[in-house]
Amino acid sequence: MEDGNFLSDDFLRQLINVGEVDILVGLPTHNNAKTVGPIVHTIRNGILRGFPRERTVIINADGGSRDGTSELITGVSIDDLRPDSTVYALRTLHAISTKYSSTPHSGVALRTILAAAELLRAKACIVISPESESITPEWISGLIRPVYYDGFDLVSPTYQRHKFDGLLTTNLLYPMVRALYGVRIREAYMSEFGFSGRLGSQFLERNQWSDSNGDNGAELRVTLAAVTGGFRICQSFLGKKDPVERRAADLVPALRQSVGVLFSALEPDFKVWSAISGSQEVPATGDDLEFLLNPLRVNRKRLRDMFVSGVSELESVFQSILSSSTLAELKRIAGLSEEEFRYPAELWVRTVYEFAAAYQKSVINRDHIIQALAPLFRGRVFTFVVENRNASANDVANNIEGLCLEFERLKPYLLEMWKSKE
Amino acid sequence: MREMIISELTQAMQDLARGFAHYLPRLIVMLILAFLGWLIAYLVKVILRSFLRLIKFDRLSENAGASQLLNKAALPSATEIVSRFVFWLTLFGFILLGVSVLGILSLQEEIARFFLFLPRLFAAVLILFFGMLAASFSARAALLAAVNANIPSPRLLSLAVRSIIMVFVLSVVFEDLGLAEQTMLVAFGIAFGALMLGLAIAFGIGGKDLARRFLEQKFVRTKKEQDEDELSPL
Repeated sequence: MEDGNFLSDDFLRQLINVGEVDILVGLPTHNNAKTVGPIVHTIRNGILRGFPRERTVIINADGGSRDGTSELITGVSIDDLRPDSTVYALRTLHAISTKYSSTPHSGVALRTILAAAELLRAKACIVISPESESITPEWISGLIRPVYYDGFDLVSPTYQRHKFDGLLTTNLLYPMVRALYGVRIREAYMSEFGFSGRLGSQFLERNQWSDSNGDNGAELRVTLAAVTGGFRICQSFLGKKDPVERRAADLVPALRQSVGVLFSALEPDFKVWSAISGSQEVPATGDDLEFLLNPLRVNRKRLRDMFVSGVSELESVFQSILSSSTLAELKRIAGLSEEEFRYPAELWVRTVYEFAAAYQKSVINRDHIIQALAPLFRGRVFTFVVENRNASANDVANNIEGLCLEFERLKPYLLEMWKSKE
Repeated sequence: MREMIISELTQAMQDLARGFAHYLPRLIVMLILAFLGWLIAYLVKVILRSFLRLIKFDRLSENAGASQLLNKAALPSATEIVSRFVFWLTLFGFILLGVSVLGILSLQEEIARFFLFLPRLFAAVLILFFGMLAASFSARAALLAAVNANIPSPRLLSLAVRSIIMVFVLSVVFEDLGLAEQTMLVAFGIAFGALMLGLAIAFGIGGKDLARRFLEQKFVRTKKEQDEDELSPL
């Protein structure tokens, strides 16, 4: 059991005042005053509707907000919901906020939430992203019920998303986790998820928490810990999720906290994933996954230009990471015109696997390896966008399935590189 | 007259024999030391080579950019170079030790100076190696950051970073070796100043369009550009 020494005295005092709970809702925040108010209302609404008899607490782990985010969360009283609600809580809904640091670290926030869940002996816990404006009360039930009533340890969400939203997930994380770990978890990097107290405690105890890097990407490590630990996993369809506004500069941090975490997990998990072949569906609740197809403006020229300039400028870096045949092929496609340009699935999979092997062997600084993937990913995004411009939801799903099978087919290639000494 | 010549010759021969008898044991000691030195140097080379292979020194050297330089100069790997360097240094040290046994005063002074110089030489080699490592790391970090931020001429930026660090490292190395300290100080000042002035001029004149574009992209992006900017990756 984690000793919870990193928790502040004031936070511990508040937790003691709350006592044991059945359900814990974790809300990591950092300057989310614009969105967090309605989200907290929805969470409370979801709890009132679905779990009025359960002892529930909302834990806000804040990374030094200066816009009054914490006050918004703790200030929302249960009475605020009564005018538009016909349901009443039979128990007190507590809301506690703690500032774990003056700078935001998603991993530290998650660790705080997990420690609180363990101290309060919560049976079911969920974590909600403060950016998910499209949240509905059904999301709360969808994430809690499988844990609280059906005995699952991890509830991974699925959403109705735009076909071009979350392309790092559909083009790398989902296919690679599926091919290597043998489980078809659509959202391995989860912004919302539910988990049992059992999984939470084990993850809290066994995860290598690091104070230096802030443990960003711990959400993906929870998924991988559940898979490798043999926990019961299910997927819950939550409904439509609006894309979060991103800037170009967000890609590298996103790669670090998702792909970087996945690559770093492959080494300790080698015995598990090297013995797996093929993949299995995980139990799912709710509707089937589907894509939104509304038109979306995408700056394809910029994507391709950044790929081409990346291949040309980073050639010396790629020489350390990629095989000569893969690099030669990348250089060849970089020379194609915009109309002819395609980054085929097989080449993309080879690229990713070669990056993973280079990461394992630390051929250069590991963070540099992750950064070097960014321009190549843009090339893959260009191809995905072009290939699926007029595609139906089924076609998009089939294309993603095809990519997943390619990842599974080429898994021996990764194993071969992994085992080779140089 | 004849007797005098014979006597002088005998005296000279006797002096030579005495001198030779005096130096012979020392010469033998010197040869033994040289042989022992060769043996120890060889052992040190083999052990060092195995150790460097174990810690993957060649990869470290590749990261530092030293391997590329060695390849271009058709030289062996960094592990081999370091092993050979230590071999010759050890052997040379023993030979000098042997020579000092001969008791030639002027040579002994030079040998003492050489041994005093050794720690500084090692320190300089270490500074150079880690300096190259730092320069290579920083240059690659700058290159990646510039490529991912879509900044024009990323390789130029990377080269500038590498050059600045290497100029600094070389000046420290020369200072450590005590080689032309004043000249190096002035040369460093001139080179560093020229580099900074060049960069300032380049940014001021050549880069004014670039600076304008950068500032425009940073602060006056239109709504349309923002909409088209990036797809949410996760």
